Amino acid sequence: MNTASVSLGASVSSQSRIIQLALAALLGIFVVGFVGFSHIDAVHNAAHDYRHSMGFPCH
Amino acid sequence: MNLFRNVVFIAAIAGLVAGILLACMQAYATVPLILKAEVYEKAGGGHHHDHSAVTNNNAMSSAAPADNAMSSAAPASTEAAAPAEDEGWAPADGFERFAFNVAANIVTGVGFALILVAVSEVAGGIGNWRQGIFWGLAGFAVFTLAPGLGLPPELPAMPAAELLPRQIWWVSTVAATAIGLGLIAFRKSLPLAILGVALIVAPHIVGAPQPESFETAIPEGLHHQFVVAVTLTDLVFWLVLGAVVGVVRGRFTGTATSLRGSFA
Repeated sequence: MNTASVSLGASVSSQSRIIQLALAALLGIFVVGFVGFSHIDAVHNAAHDYRHSMGFPCH
Repeated sequence: MNLFRNVVFIAAIAGLVAGILLACMQAYATVPLILKAEVYEKAGGGHHHDHSAVTNNNAMSSAAPADNAMSSAAPASTEAAAPAEDEGWAPADGFERFAFNVAANIVTGVGFALILVAVSEVAGGIGNWRQGIFWGLAGFAVFTLAPGLGLPPELPAMPAAELLPRQIWWVSTVAATAIGLGLIAFRKSLPLAILGVALIVAPHIVGAPQPESFETAIPEGLHHQFVVAVTLTDLVFWLVLGAVVGVVRGRFTGTATSLRGSFA
């Protein structure tokens, strides 16, 4: 899977690697999704200018 | 969870740096244009800022703003009749609004960085700032260019299709473009590369949800300026995000991997 000689957390097994990376990516998707796509009014209003400035669908 | 912790640490630094930079760029380049557009929005007789806009959108896009103002005595829906209740809390204009924008930029900056670092680790990791630039370009293509083709960055008061279908199209386009780019970059196979191109093109053949009418009080020049500003600020954000990940990760691992390390 990973052929690079230098990697983060080189000691972990390849299965554990994938799980941890997937967790990190999911956390990122959740954060961006909540701030950028949540339909909660207060969240929308707080991040309003950000949503427009990132080209996220808004309104 | 050693690896997870390292990924989060690198993403936090990169997201913080790139997020603060993006917020500063937005304060000069995009937010002033949003404020200008809000003048038209308010003049258009209605502040459709919350999700009630989903139900109001069709009425809003089919009626010209001037028309809206005149007919405001006869509200079309309950949402229009009581906008104050539906608006909910919003940061006060001025510093509070700016501060919340900075916070949103940093938080999502870290979020985008988490995705970038996690995906790039699977492919061997971003070894230095130059590799980071290329990964940043990919992020820009996936999260700004591809969805922006079908759904150009919009200003307040601009007509648009219903929110949820647009969000679904946006997310699908991002996913298809990311997988397509990945197939082209990391699978040394012509059929898979062709499949990758097909995945990148497909969302645009399906087409993004479009409003029934494009009629708007927003001057076209203002919107064009906004699209350029959004695209360029996002480009710089992604390049900086990728480069900072490369630098921080290089410090972390002690050595910088060669450029050959992670490119097919």
